[in-house]
Amino acid sequence: MAKSLTQEFVKGLWDEVPPFRLVLGLCPVLAVTKSVENGIGMGLATTFVLVGSNVLVSALRKIIPSKVRIACYIVIIATFVTVVELLMQAYVYGLFLKLGIFIPLIVVNCIVLGRAEAFASKNGPVRSLLDGLGIGLGFTLSLATLGAVRELLGTGALTIWKDWGLAFDIFGPAYKPFSFMVEAPGAFMALGLLLCFMNLAAKK
Amino acid sequence: MREMIKMVVILTILSCFSGGVLAYLRNSTQERIDNQVLEFVKGPAVRTIFEGAGNNPIADRFTLKDGDVERTFFVAVYDGEPSSIAFETSGKGYGGEVGVMVGINVKDDQLMGVGVTTHAETPGMGAKAKSDPTFVSQFKDLPATEPVKVTADGGSINAISGATITSRAVSAATTTAGQIYQKLKPQIDDQLKGFKK
Repeated sequence: MAKSLTQEFVKGLWDEVPPFRLVLGLCPVLAVTKSVENGIGMGLATTFVLVGSNVLVSALRKIIPSKVRIACYIVIIATFVTVVELLMQAYVYGLFLKLGIFIPLIVVNCIVLGRAEAFASKNGPVRSLLDGLGIGLGFTLSLATLGAVRELLGTGALTIWKDWGLAFDIFGPAYKPFSFMVEAPGAFMALGLLLCFMNLAAKK
Repeated sequence: MREMIKMVVILTILSCFSGGVLAYLRNSTQERIDNQVLEFVKGPAVRTIFEGAGNNPIADRFTLKDGDVERTFFVAVYDGEPSSIAFETSGKGYGGEVGVMVGINVKDDQLMGVGVTTHAETPGMGAKAKSDPTFVSQFKDLPATEPVKVTADGGSINAISGATITSRAVSAATTTAGQIYQKLKPQIDDQLKGFKK
């Protein structure tokens, strides 16, 4: 029953990877994955919130009265989200402008509240930290993968982190962009196809 | 009863703690955020107006009180002299206020150029005021001391086709800027004199 610490971390990367396995938190998944960079930025912001709230919820789990636990979790999560928002404005303003409303919306991301309620409130801080980190990185990887598929087909380029010069024009100027992929319907299709491939791979 | 008090106390403590942390963080990042906003929102317009300036106009700025409003002035250095300023005004456009950065050469009171910073105009029509440089380039070298008007109103600015309201908004904002400039000129000159390059 009890999992090892490594398992707690690794499960978030494949077995319970939020958007693909649990099909949770789809709002940002569909909305921000126009490029790899946006996906990574959103994923890392969520990871930070997830790790912070998981650790704090877990540390306070014996003090928080069960009747107001959701209110307490929301206060904790909202604090971390505001921290991320301020830090992003101060240091990566360009990315903040692109992600816009989806950063404050991490507060109501069901992955974050879900982990607090389902995991951190029942486990110790170390386990919760690893759980948050695993789920968060899994989320980041999913967003980056989805972003890569959409950006590559939709624009023919890959932007991993523009400020560091990690932007590549993969297919070159001759490529006719399949711009449908960077629009909203493309997000649903790409997500559906990725879900399909993941289920196929897991079946074997 | 005891349980209820406990709930209230814990939620209050948690909220106070959270408020405190955020207030502290907000204080310590405020300056950086302000800089970033200037850099990303106003920066592109300022840099276009002051192309070839010998300094960084975003970093070299001062504020002046204009009635109740505090205005930020960006200073550009040409040939070793702080000779131009730029500041933002706005005019009523088709989709709301159109923010316009207006650059003025204080030596001869001529417009250095204007640039749209924020707007909610129709893409492909009014939004061209920002994306199409040929429209704003008409403002260059006009006297800042006289009202700027589009040709339909008897002025010299050719409006963007299909976007007369937006063109008027930019002209009106420029005219406002000229008036503010004339009103504040003594203070602006004072600030520029004390300006070290």
